[in-house]
Amino acid sequence: MASHGIRDKVAIIGMGCTNFGEHWDKSTDDMLIESSDAALKNAGVNLDDIDAFWLGTMGSGLSGLTLSRPLKIQHKPVTHVENYCATGSEAFRNACYAVASGAYDVVMAIGVEKLKDSGYSGLVVSAPADDGTKATVTAPASFSLLAPAYAKKYGVDESELKQVLTRIAWKNHRNGALNPRAQFKKEVPMETIACSPLVAGPLGIFDCSGVSDGSAAAIIVRAEDAHKYTDRPLYVKALSFVAGPAAGPIDPAYDYTTFDEVVHSADDAYSQAGITDPRAELAMAEVHDCFTPTELVLMEDLGFAERGTAWKEVLSGTYDLDGELPVNPDGGLKSFGHPIGASGLRMLFECWTQLRGEAGARQIKSIADGKTRALTHNLGGAPGACVSFVSVVGTELD
Amino acid sequence: MGYCPHMTGIVAYGTHIPYWRLQRGAITTSLGAGGGKGERAVASFDQDTTSMAVEAGRVALRNASANWVPASLWFATTNPAYLDKTNANTIHAALSLPASTIAFDTIGSVRSGVAAMMGAGNGNAIAILSDIRTGLPGGSDESNGGDAAAAFCFGDEGVIAEVIGGASATVEFTDRWRQPGETASKQWEERFGEHAYAPLVDNAFSDALKSANLAPGDVGHAIFSGLHTRAVKTAVKACGVAGESVADDLSAAIGNAGTAQWGVMLADVLDRAEPGQIIAVVLLADGVNVWLLRTTDAITKYRARQVAELTVRGQIAAGRNDLTYAQFLTWRGFLHREPPRRPEPDRPAGPPSLRSQAWKYGLYGSRDESGFVYLPPARISMKSGSIDQMEMVRMADVQATIATYTVDRLAYSMSPPVVAAVIDFDGGGRFQCELTDVDPASVKIGDRVEMTFRRLYTVDGIHNYFWKAKPVRV
Repeated sequence: MASHGIRDKVAIIGMGCTNFGEHWDKSTDDMLIESSDAALKNAGVNLDDIDAFWLGTMGSGLSGLTLSRPLKIQHKPVTHVENYCATGSEAFRNACYAVASGAYDVVMAIGVEKLKDSGYSGLVVSAPADDGTKATVTAPASFSLLAPAYAKKYGVDESELKQVLTRIAWKNHRNGALNPRAQFKKEVPMETIACSPLVAGPLGIFDCSGVSDGSAAAIIVRAEDAHKYTDRPLYVKALSFVAGPAAGPIDPAYDYTTFDEVVHSADDAYSQAGITDPRAELAMAEVHDCFTPTELVLMEDLGFAERGTAWKEVLSGTYDLDGELPVNPDGGLKSFGHPIGASGLRMLFECWTQLRGEAGARQIKSIADGKTRALTHNLGGAPGACVSFVSVVGTELD
Repeated sequence: MGYCPHMTGIVAYGTHIPYWRLQRGAITTSLGAGGGKGERAVASFDQDTTSMAVEAGRVALRNASANWVPASLWFATTNPAYLDKTNANTIHAALSLPASTIAFDTIGSVRSGVAAMMGAGNGNAIAILSDIRTGLPGGSDESNGGDAAAAFCFGDEGVIAEVIGGASATVEFTDRWRQPGETASKQWEERFGEHAYAPLVDNAFSDALKSANLAPGDVGHAIFSGLHTRAVKTAVKACGVAGESVADDLSAAIGNAGTAQWGVMLADVLDRAEPGQIIAVVLLADGVNVWLLRTTDAITKYRARQVAELTVRGQIAAGRNDLTYAQFLTWRGFLHREPPRRPEPDRPAGPPSLRSQAWKYGLYGSRDESGFVYLPPARISMKSGSIDQMEMVRMADVQATIATYTVDRLAYSMSPPVVAAVIDFDGGGRFQCELTDVDPASVKIGDRVEMTFRRLYTVDGIHNYFWKAKPVRV
């Protein structure tokens, strides 16, 4: 399989991101206007300068009109993309390819989700008519399957694993407390997290990402044009997206302690970016911590820990804000919130903020140490049946 | 049960006694009245008379000889899941019977079960009696009722009990009635029913004995069944059968399962009967039906094939009796509880359900050339990429092991929490499904499970039937 990537061919020149949270007073349109306007201003361009748009949303609208109508876009291509919870990343990836192909000069990738208008707890997804035989488990239940499987495989006892999961949530809340845009801007004591009401398996309410509304956007140009707009662009080093055969739920060989799709997309992205030791080379990572066991397993799938050891690394603070490899310095899905279509672009927004040294109180120190590259990881689906996206962005051309 | 000279004999049978029991004392504790001693069997929230019939039918078919295929299926209940639509077709599909086997409902009254047995007894056929008994809280129907199903296969070869005689009496009188759609029956003054039934019992029982040239003392096992408890007691005395020959009506252990009561009692008797014994079945239901059977030598061999856990006593012993009265009321729709703040599931759509019939009802997977089993059936082999080189395999009777599991407290359910598991079938095939008849706290990786046919939920009046797994209890 050829996957050549587009390393250093395109660059981000501006980004915008709304606050995430329960926006009872804002519509999908309002959030699209807010994030796109912020990104345009950040890049110093006008809406008229944008040649084409990629809109990511899973359920907050259909077609390009969802964006062109509120923004009053005048007869430009607007592509609507959907790829589960990795929808925002998918909008970004396709926008990058369009610029790299030479088809357009300046494009926008924008993601949005309005989850809090449904009136239900958790995520509500509408599915095509079917025979009623599909498993009806909720998202937290699907991801909670990882916990007992991981514990059993690596000989971690249940209470120890609960501590690990609790520490992941605690860390992400702690990071989110320093982030003015986060849905949950406060630290939560470990005992509160550990004793929160159970949602699925060992997962309490604090093990789950925030259900929220929000939007984020990026303006992308060819790398050679980037300095026309900004002194500090972010170059796209790698974009990898894979869909697996969804075989986990049907294949006894799958053991629920890994995401094969993540391993494949990470390998591909590292190869595109020329990364051989991600833990040492990356300044930070934004990963898809939809539920705490997901972040645990991702540390191993993304090569940030040896198999069976991520739980120890979590406990020793390797991924803390001041740790060896900060993971989710913005609070992650856990405390920043998870408006589906926006999340992938929100992750890039944190890379944009951190790598440019604009993160204020939560600024990571690895930038000062000379590390210039950051990773985003975004997945959609469930263990054994998901899509996975990995990107690497950096401040320097190789 | 007028004697039919062409009637074939019973070649196999099976029952389903639900896992859950309500202690009658729990009713007394809650209401300060009603209740009584003993326990009643309770269909789980995900069962109805159709799904229970499937379970009983599966036990019967498992005990029938491998090449036995019924020409017809007869389903009887007072409590059908559907009107207008034939419930027996769902059972037919779940038992994976061929399209050439015709399926019928005989529904509405307890007596419908007699029609099912007579219909099936005319050839190679299966009759399944199934009932869920409800009554208003605190009433005797609620506490004395029970939920169960019984299935009987008829045929000419390998007969374990032959039909040797019978008689019936039919008279119109108002003893017990219920309007369609109501959840409880009404009854006339008890002594009136006793008065109406008594002469009919006398006539039908003596006519039946005459038809087979038998005396009351020849009866080895007498089964007296009916919803009119007092009239049934009177009938027992009037028939002159020896006390030790009167079969246990199982009312203390499971309650009176209405349409299925005499079926379960007959199965219980067959579980123990010796070759050459006479069995009399006396049913008091809008008249009286008497049926005389004689066990054959084949019953000894048959018994060796039976699994102890699937006998009537085996299933009674496997029950769990700590169901709360509030849960019982909720399951039967007498207590409307706050639902989870989640959307109702979508109704199962007709066209996809027809296309996937073998999967949805028959639990068939597909097996590729390498032996990999796909659930649901797939067309393309993951190993070789070949298309449509699959063989269909039925997984309904294959046991499995839990690979991982979770307790979902957020999912929509009639009886939260949902216990979901990933299970690996013996010999290949992985499936993610709900567990039922299970204590969420006791589930472990490595636990053994078996499949059971259930009603997942009902939306827009469409029942969503599919398979769940339940712990193997040995």
